[in-house]
Amino acid sequence: MTGPSASSSPARTPAPILNPVHALPFPQAALPILRNTQLRANVAHATDVIQAKRARLVQEKSDWQALRTAAAAIRDNVLQNLGDYLEQFETNCTAAGGIVHWAADADEARHIILDILRHENASEVIKIKTMTSAEIQLNPALQAAGIDPIETDLAELILQLGDDEPSHIVVPALHVNRFQVREIFARRMGLTNLADDPQALTAAARAHLRKKFLSVPTAISGANFLIAETGSVAIVESEGNGRMCLTLPRTLIALAGIEKVLPRYRDLEVMLQILARSATGERMNPYTSLWSGVVPNDGPQRFHVVLLDNGRSSILARPVERQTLRCIRCAACQNACPVYRQTGGHAYGSVYGGPIGAILTPQLMHLEHAQSLPFASSLCGACYEVCPVKINIPEVLIELRAQVTDLERRHTSRIFDPMYLGMRIANSLFANASRFRIAQRLGRITLRPFTRKDGWIHSLPSLGSRWTASRDLRGLPNQTFRDWWSARQKEKP
Amino acid sequence: MRASLFIACYNDTLFPETGRAVVRLLERLGVTLLFEPAQTCCGQMHANTGFRAEAFSQAKRFIRLYRDTESVVIPSSSCVAMIRDQYPGLIASLGNDALRDEFNTLLPRIYELSEFLIDKLAIDDVGAYFPHRVTYHASCHGLRALHLGDRPFRLLSKVRGLELVPLANLDRCCGFGGTFSIKNAEVSSAMLETKLQDVLATRAEFCTALDNSCLMHLGGALHRQSNPMRTIHLAQILASTESRPAEARL
Repeated sequence: MTGPSASSSPARTPAPILNPVHALPFPQAALPILRNTQLRANVAHATDVIQAKRARLVQEKSDWQALRTAAAAIRDNVLQNLGDYLEQFETNCTAAGGIVHWAADADEARHIILDILRHENASEVIKIKTMTSAEIQLNPALQAAGIDPIETDLAELILQLGDDEPSHIVVPALHVNRFQVREIFARRMGLTNLADDPQALTAAARAHLRKKFLSVPTAISGANFLIAETGSVAIVESEGNGRMCLTLPRTLIALAGIEKVLPRYRDLEVMLQILARSATGERMNPYTSLWSGVVPNDGPQRFHVVLLDNGRSSILARPVERQTLRCIRCAACQNACPVYRQTGGHAYGSVYGGPIGAILTPQLMHLEHAQSLPFASSLCGACYEVCPVKINIPEVLIELRAQVTDLERRHTSRIFDPMYLGMRIANSLFANASRFRIAQRLGRITLRPFTRKDGWIHSLPSLGSRWTASRDLRGLPNQTFRDWWSARQKEKP
Repeated sequence: MRASLFIACYNDTLFPETGRAVVRLLERLGVTLLFEPAQTCCGQMHANTGFRAEAFSQAKRFIRLYRDTESVVIPSSSCVAMIRDQYPGLIASLGNDALRDEFNTLLPRIYELSEFLIDKLAIDDVGAYFPHRVTYHASCHGLRALHLGDRPFRLLSKVRGLELVPLANLDRCCGFGGTFSIKNAEVSSAMLETKLQDVLATRAEFCTALDNSCLMHLGGALHRQSNPMRTIHLAQILASTESRPAEARL
């Protein structure tokens, strides 16, 4: 909820589709967003602010690189022994009075949660911000079952009231500025005189939500971490709405990806230091809730944990891609990404946008969908540089590009695709220098008609037009370097 | 000292003046340069577009071509990053132990141009003269893969007559990204526009870099917008002297 200026007349962007099965490929999905100057200004401003805060707080940690190394090692150990730690978590959570459910995929997770809510006779459920719930498309399933999901995170509330979708993992309404928030709140809460300063807006949200906190007896949360040795669940948040959801209801359901487990309580020492700094540019986030099972007469008396696989275990066996599951959802990569800066999160067609989404979504969907996402990066490496658990995102992107290309090139329709044809021809030229030299000459001759008197090419056909739409290209010089060199060698005595 | 020049396919074809400048510069510094005529491409384009087998065959070719070379100088930071960061993975998945050993022996002898000057020749004042206002674009691969750090700035600071103007958001990508600029042309162009705002704010006469691919992107937009600012590879600035100024080519 940020923004430099009042919205004049923002271009309308079609309703975002955060389902990789139905979303458009990234280049097409990005087009309407690139025309939405207000949205792009909001995203650029917000990511600049978070990045600057993060940079300042990372700077003050002289052991930042050691922390990153430790965090990556903790996460790698988890991934190498995931089965053991999950069983340990289940045992200890159960002993503390929790009920652990295992969901192989999104469908099973939705069924488990719906069954619990039906058993509770729930007609409403309050929710903490959880990206995993969006991953399994939980809200539409709840609504279809006649259960009203009430988002209590300020950003999620803005999106829910505005019929919008999250565009950022940590700051879901990052693409909306406060003037737009005022409009949404005024319209949906019937507050005609609402001011647009942050205090007035948060006060309106508080009044709207407080009734629900006090009356709805069931809640759904995500989980930032699961602790194997104690069976505890950790939630890290900024607003305190999470603390309300975790303590006031009678029944609490925590939905967590299976990779969220940490072996020991003391691992939080490293993870909490890097998470807050990376995510919001804070030394410590305002609210960290940790609880283990059920305590009689204190907090929720029925506590469920739903452990979600949904494609995660299939990533474990892959040596290059496995590092993806180190992710602690801090979104530092989104804030640093120059592509995300232009498009925001919706273009990625999944709740996980930005660099981490570009590698995670195709893997969760087994590459059947989201094949354009690994290519939605200039491979600039800014994501890897800021990642607190050292996920080499460019390396994974390139690995996934190879997998997509291997899949696609089997299709006969690709034989005459200009990109595939060009790549095959280029390869045969690079295999032989005399062939390459002939191609350089042919290229010069071919491009001559397109080259203007000033020596520049302003317009090209086919794939070349994708370049010349916004940039010129210098015409090919009359002499290549290799020809210059060989002429020079001949002149030498 | 002897060194072999790997010019890179796109410099060979599109930017021969950069290669000529490297030759003039290094020969002036007493280096005997070789040029292996069988050289073509390091495989970066294929690797980054997902054509792994093709990238591997080019990587293999590169290693075989240079395995007996004293030093290899490459005036393209992204090609050096390709060799250092991607060859090991390609060899692991498609190569064998013999190729891996050949590569490991070759790797320490591969230098990006500024690395060769500062680390191998231990020289930052190359005797250059370039009386112009210049800004330096730190290409992503030079910055984050090669960690070139202050090397280019040390070289630039010793160029007589040169006024270096700092570039805001130095670590931000220009949006080129190889085939990304074609596959995601609109997003790439939007990134270019953002970058260009910072570049133009320097009011420099020249924007320089250690990678002509970024400069092709920036220069293409500058020319489209009829802006008088020009792009020039750092090698051409370093080769320039009072008696032989940089080659003029618009």
